[in-house]
Amino acid sequence: MSGQGGALNVTDNDLLDEQFLGQLRRQMVQFARMQLQDESLAEDAVQEALIGALQNAGSFARRAAVKTWVFAILKNKIVDIIRQRARMAEGVSLPGEDDDPGERLFDQSGHWNKEDRPNRWAEPDTAVKSEHFWRVFEVCLDGLPVKQARLFMMREFLELESDEICNSLEVSTSNLHVMLFRARLRLRECLDKRWFQEGER
Amino acid sequence: MKKCRGATRLMSDALERPLTAAEKMALRTHLLMCGSCRNFSRQVVALRDFARHFSRQPDAAGDTASKADGED
Repeated sequence: MSGQGGALNVTDNDLLDEQFLGQLRRQMVQFARMQLQDESLAEDAVQEALIGALQNAGSFARRAAVKTWVFAILKNKIVDIIRQRARMAEGVSLPGEDDDPGERLFDQSGHWNKEDRPNRWAEPDTAVKSEHFWRVFEVCLDGLPVKQARLFMMREFLELESDEICNSLEVSTSNLHVMLFRARLRLRECLDKRWFQEGER
Repeated sequence: MKKCRGATRLMSDALERPLTAAEKMALRTHLLMCGSCRNFSRQVVALRDFARHFSRQPDAAGDTASKADGED
């Protein structure tokens, strides 16, 4: 079946071909594995999310919308699993480095080091429209220490509340806030260096 | 007297919990005097926006293939 006729010509075959689904599934498993730190739980969550989501995917005219929809369902499943762990007191403690970028970014008296001072970001609102920006964003996320990355993603991607995160993992509120601070320092620095100070793209 | 390190920590914490009156005052005072930290205050909020955007549409590049005419 041909895909001609423009974006409003909705057919399952166009949107949900094997290549698209394969790529989608890979991204989902990667996302879920990072959050759950458990391969088989991640696979299960992805499977359930896909089955649930694709029942309605025929309503979407754009692949990006399908992806958003599927990931929303996946995130809900992941959140459910994390909450369930907390209720069953299966707290998972987080190994990983805590190293503090603040040691490097600020001087002895607590001021920004000259070369690390944040400069203005030109048009952050338009950055989000660039595919290249999102690749850089992913690179910067990958550059975070695992513990900081995981906490940052739970807070900012899954949008869990602080106390939910603390209940499901063995981390105190104050430690969580320290980790989030460190993640933000690093992420901001990375985006600054690799995107915003590189000039117009 | 808050310095940049403390101020940036407060700005991050402000995304997690309400700041106390004393903290707000200390932060505001510092921001009046520090352009670098004013930039940081905008950027740390932008980070949250980016993350939300990213998590809701994880692969911005994913839609390009579907729009081409003649694709089988």
